[in-house]
Amino acid sequence: MSQDSGRSAIIGTIRRGLKRGPLPADQQAMLAGRMKTHPRHLVPARGQGDSARLVASFMDNVLREFGTVQRVPDFAAVPGAITAYLAAQNIAAEITVSPHPELQAIPFADTPLLKVRFGKAEPTDPVTVTQAFAGIAETGTLMMPSGPERPTTNNLLSDTAIAVIRAARIVGAYEDAFDLLRTERAGMPRNVMMITGPSRSADIEQTLELGAHGPRSLHVLIVDES
Amino acid sequence: MLQTSRAFKENATSAMENAGLQRALTRARPQYAKKRLAAVERLPEFEALRDEARDIKNHAIANLDFYLETYAANVEKAGGIVHWCATAEDARKAVLEIARKAGAKTVTKGKSMVTEEIHLNDYLEANGVTPVETDLAEYILQLRHEPPSHIIGPAFHLNREDWEETFRKSHTDLPADRVFRDARDIQSEARLQLRNKFFAADMGITGANFLIAETGTSVIVTNEGNGDLTQTLPRVHVVVTSIEKVVPTVEDTLSLLRVLARSATGQDISVYTTFSTGARRPGDPDGPEEYHVVLVDNGRSGMVGTEFQDMLRCIRCAACMNHCPVYGVVGGHAYGSTYPGPMGSVLTPMLVGVDEAGQLPNASTFCGKCESVCPVKIPLTGLMRHWREREFERHLTPSAMRYGLSLWAWFAGRPGLYRFGTRMAAIGLGLLGRRKGNLPRLPFLSGWTKGRDFPSPEGDTFFARYAAAQRQRNVGGRS
Repeated sequence: MSQDSGRSAIIGTIRRGLKRGPLPADQQAMLAGRMKTHPRHLVPARGQGDSARLVASFMDNVLREFGTVQRVPDFAAVPGAITAYLAAQNIAAEITVSPHPELQAIPFADTPLLKVRFGKAEPTDPVTVTQAFAGIAETGTLMMPSGPERPTTNNLLSDTAIAVIRAARIVGAYEDAFDLLRTERAGMPRNVMMITGPSRSADIEQTLELGAHGPRSLHVLIVDES
Repeated sequence: MLQTSRAFKENATSAMENAGLQRALTRARPQYAKKRLAAVERLPEFEALRDEARDIKNHAIANLDFYLETYAANVEKAGGIVHWCATAEDARKAVLEIARKAGAKTVTKGKSMVTEEIHLNDYLEANGVTPVETDLAEYILQLRHEPPSHIIGPAFHLNREDWEETFRKSHTDLPADRVFRDARDIQSEARLQLRNKFFAADMGITGANFLIAETGTSVIVTNEGNGDLTQTLPRVHVVVTSIEKVVPTVEDTLSLLRVLARSATGQDISVYTTFSTGARRPGDPDGPEEYHVVLVDNGRSGMVGTEFQDMLRCIRCAACMNHCPVYGVVGGHAYGSTYPGPMGSVLTPMLVGVDEAGQLPNASTFCGKCESVCPVKIPLTGLMRHWREREFERHLTPSAMRYGLSLWAWFAGRPGLYRFGTRMAAIGLGLLGRRKGNLPRLPFLSGWTKGRDFPSPEGDTFFARYAAAQRQRNVGGRS
């Protein structure tokens, strides 16, 4: 069956079921209007509140989802925090950093013990450092839209993922994060990952095990500098 | 999978005699219900969100033609290609053609029930393309040549020994005497085995949980990260999905996501909820160069405007089967179809025909637990009843049951005779079961009494008791 006939067969059957032809123009305009204004539905109370409350509940939810989280005063403190975290986990101080301007501006050179490479992750890279576009308090979720500065693979390939996010970028609900995306990016990016904790599976006897195909641990660094 | 729904009764009997399956069901099943309840209790707005989820899907289905065409136009605007496939065969051919054009030899796959429904793997394999399942559970099922037994936990029926045994048999490059200390060791081995396959694949196939008309986006939810690797690393990404997944906006999707994971695994949200829109953009360091959507109908459009339209709301969370007493006893394979449990009993006859799957709507106690946990409030028991009626009308009910029911109807239409007959039966059964209070065997009803005892009547018929109670009440009312 050719593409066009497949399409007209499907649309035709749907319309027969709905007992009408194509929607009249005024109704089409109404539905187009609904998409254009994309109204929100009910947003749970847990995703609302002032900034301090949102940061606190974001942190709680990251922990709940088996991530770890640390607050640092400014970007200058990031290399030290990463070094200390990796040392505590007994992981070599070798990181692959996404080429985001905010991460590129970090003074990594002041911490010579930390081996830093900027770019896309290779399959064997043990640790990646990414910049989160937004944090969502509701469930401790990180929003990672793809682009030159944020390779998708850097969210996935390493055993240990470290995400850096400014406290001011922590919002309440998913809708708030998508509002930011709509304002700051022209159209939907190719890929938007919403990441909540490290990868996991419970496929074997319903036993939850971290580290399926993605990172085994997820560490979030919240930078208070705005 | 091979359609064996006709043999539901036989399948169920052997499932109940399968000790390994019974162990897996007893251990794993209560966990889903417990986790769901905990997640629901943490979110006071959950009930209100269910109503909204139902309304969003109803709105999408009432305008399905419009939203599908808008969706397709926006996919194409983002550089993707939509393949409209009325039948499973059209869909299989479309995927193979994409693979051939791309020169794909191996194809990685994220978990997708629609690809199970259209039997994609066997078809690709028969045509020289090797599919590699990457979801942990789907991976082991592929090694074992078994179909999924659950829509979100496909290897629900397996115990740890099964995992160990299969991995030892299949991963022959590893030392045969290696020790698996725990589930983590098994999982790590799968991770290592699959890592290279992700990179070697020429094409990646995923499903979709939602399609967003507004932006031409497909959304997947996973916990393992395999779906994301599948759709990011290979040169070509193919989304195989079905028409009822389309919703108007991102906001509609977000509301549905709030009920999906909570109803499914009891998580607030899955680890990875990923929105994909078109192919790699200029400057992108990764992502597929081609993005295709194979949009499968396979009987769904025919549900629009019928009593089964409500079923198109289903978001495949599996809460219905997780709470179903029948599923809990027989497991998923007994249903003999891609979709087991209550949602499968409603959907399968629509997909494969009532002749093939007419038995399934009978696999229910009509306790209503399934619809009480459904995040989009599908009236599952009512829909199963519709199928039973259709099955009866079309004379597909087993003949013994049909004659039995006709006989009953003949008697029931003659009240005097009916009362006399039931009274005689009550007296007769009372005499038969006098000693033990129940009847382990009944003439002509051995099929029913094989698994249970029939309680012997404790006195008179319902009619006689009802009349007596009425008389009693009238007496009481007067005093």
